[in-house]
Amino acid sequence: MRTFAYLSADDVATAVQAISTEPGAKFLGGGTNLVDLMREGVEHPDTVIDITRLPLTGVEELPDGGVRIGALVRNSDLAGDRLIRGRYPMLSQALLTGASAQLRNMATVGGNVLQRTRCAYFYDGTAACNKREPGAGCDAIGGFNRNHAILGTSEDCIATHPSDMCVALAALDAVVEVESVRGKRRIPLVDFHLLPGGTPQVETALEADELITAVELPPSPLAATSRYRKVRDRASYAFALVSVAAALEVADGTVTGVRLALGGVAAKPWRAYEAERVLLGAPATEESFRLAAEAELAPAVGRSQNEFKIELAKRAVVATLRQLLTEGGAA
Amino acid sequence: MRVTVTVNGEQRRADDVWEGESLLFLLRERLGLPGSKNACEQGECGSCTVYLDDVPVCSCLVAAGQVQDREVRTVEGLAEGDRLDPVQEAFVEAGAVQCGFCTPGLVVAAHDLLDRVPRPSDPEIREALAGNLCRCTGYEKILDAVRLAAARR
Ligand SMILES: Cc1cc2nc3c(=O)[nH]c(=O)nc-3n(C[C@H](O)[C@H](O)[C@H](O)COP(=O)(O)OP(=O)(O)OC[C@H]3O[C@@H](n4cnc5c(N)ncnc54)[C@H](O)[C@@H]3O)c2cc1C
Ligand code: SF4
Ligand code: FES
Ligand code: FES
Repeated sequence: MRTFAYLSADDVATAVQAISTEPGAKFLGGGTNLVDLMREGVEHPDTVIDITRLPLTGVEELPDGGVRIGALVRNSDLAGDRLIRGRYPMLSQALLTGASAQLRNMATVGGNVLQRTRCAYFYDGTAACNKREPGAGCDAIGGFNRNHAILGTSEDCIATHPSDMCVALAALDAVVEVESVRGKRRIPLVDFHLLPGGTPQVETALEADELITAVELPPSPLAATSRYRKVRDRASYAFALVSVAAALEVADGTVTGVRLALGGVAAKPWRAYEAERVLLGAPATEESFRLAAEAELAPAVGRSQNEFKIELAKRAVVATLRQLLTEGGAA
Repeated sequence: MRVTVTVNGEQRRADDVWEGESLLFLLRERLGLPGSKNACEQGECGSCTVYLDDVPVCSCLVAAGQVQDREVRTVEGLAEGDRLDPVQEAFVEAGAVQCGFCTPGLVVAAHDLLDRVPRPSDPEIREALAGNLCRCTGYEKILDAVRLAAARR
């Protein structure tokens, strides 16, 4: 690991001021991704600004029935929060399927949103990786790509965004609040992460000097009966091959409301707009679920080892919707 | 930099700490507490698990500066004098220790589980210990140890 300066900020103003004058600086949340990447030599900030003491640790009810989550709330605390479990169970479940207890106890909401891909070539300094070194090429495309993305990829990068939490946030229309010395702005989560295109090194809409201060969830009666289903190689402690965050509202046998997002299959947390469009107003049947999944996965591109994800994703979508229909949301 | 931290109830200080050091390095190499083990340094194996402000974390991914003025409890802090903690005793009696490298992390994780859930079901034990890898035992004896410790509480 290279040498760097360490600062600790106690309030937001100090944190954003510090990063505005240190172009090579990075914020340090739980450190579970940044410290790892610094040790591997993938990230090398000149200055690390520890933000774990910022007073952004609240989960608060908003007057409109939504919820505001501070950026420094720990993943474990958010998963166990009464408001989240009651109103947005898919979010609580998504968090609990991520990483291990020790890591969830450290990881923060802001850091989870900004966690980087787990593509092995991105971590391996001897491999060609456009994300790590623009223009170098992509060893994953002709290499080990079983875990890689099938939606939203480009010929320059096929990495997935690995977060479980963000899949639920995409389905819930979450909004990310950010702040810098220039002021505050709000970015919908679905626009926060960018597709790789020809610039896979540019991953988010966040400017280098901006701090994530909060994530807001709008009210959603639908979300109170929702589920997160994660398909992976082991029953616990593994990244998703495919995951589905879903909420379903049915009246008189017709779909009157639906939220659907996919993880493990795409370059960014993937809101399944096409599937939602097919489902809305359609009969709530297995057949409609399958048609919706087919529509969403139509543009999917499989590579040498991850073709299987296309059918797996369709089945996971159908199974999750079927479960919502027959059993309702998870408690 | 200087780091002041409470470890196992005692206030400790370390000088000339490098910013890039982990809490694990601080504990093992500077504070003379080699109980927590360094196996992967990537957050994957859990052998470095310690309590930080009462919740278990992977100390290999905590930057040393982050623990300033906070409280750490390591596996060395679980026993009372010569009397082992019931979780430690159960690990010995159930034969859950082979090479022992994973043991300190597992003991801390199991200790935390039993504090929160005194009578855990098998799936609860498995999930709570999922972040602790063991290459020797095949986990069965570890499950036995946690059940034994739970039964004795
Ligand atoms: C072994 C292992 C297994 C894992 N398994 C899973 C899994 O199954 N599912 C899953 O979803 N995740 C998994 N993770 C990833 C984990 O969820 C992330 O590492 C974690 O959420 C990152 O949060 P953090 O607070 O530790 O981020 P940090 O490491 O502190 O920061 C990550 C990035 O975000 C930036 N940052 C942090 N906070 C802010 C802020 N408020 N404003 C601006 N920038 C900020 C940092 O500068 C850095 O670039 C796993 C990680 C490990 C090590
Ligand atoms: S998939 Fe993306 S992150 Fe992985 S090697 Fe290719 S460019 Fe790098
Ligand atoms: S050494 Fe920390 S998790 Fe493996
Ligand atoms: S006893 Fe050897 S790793 Fe667990």
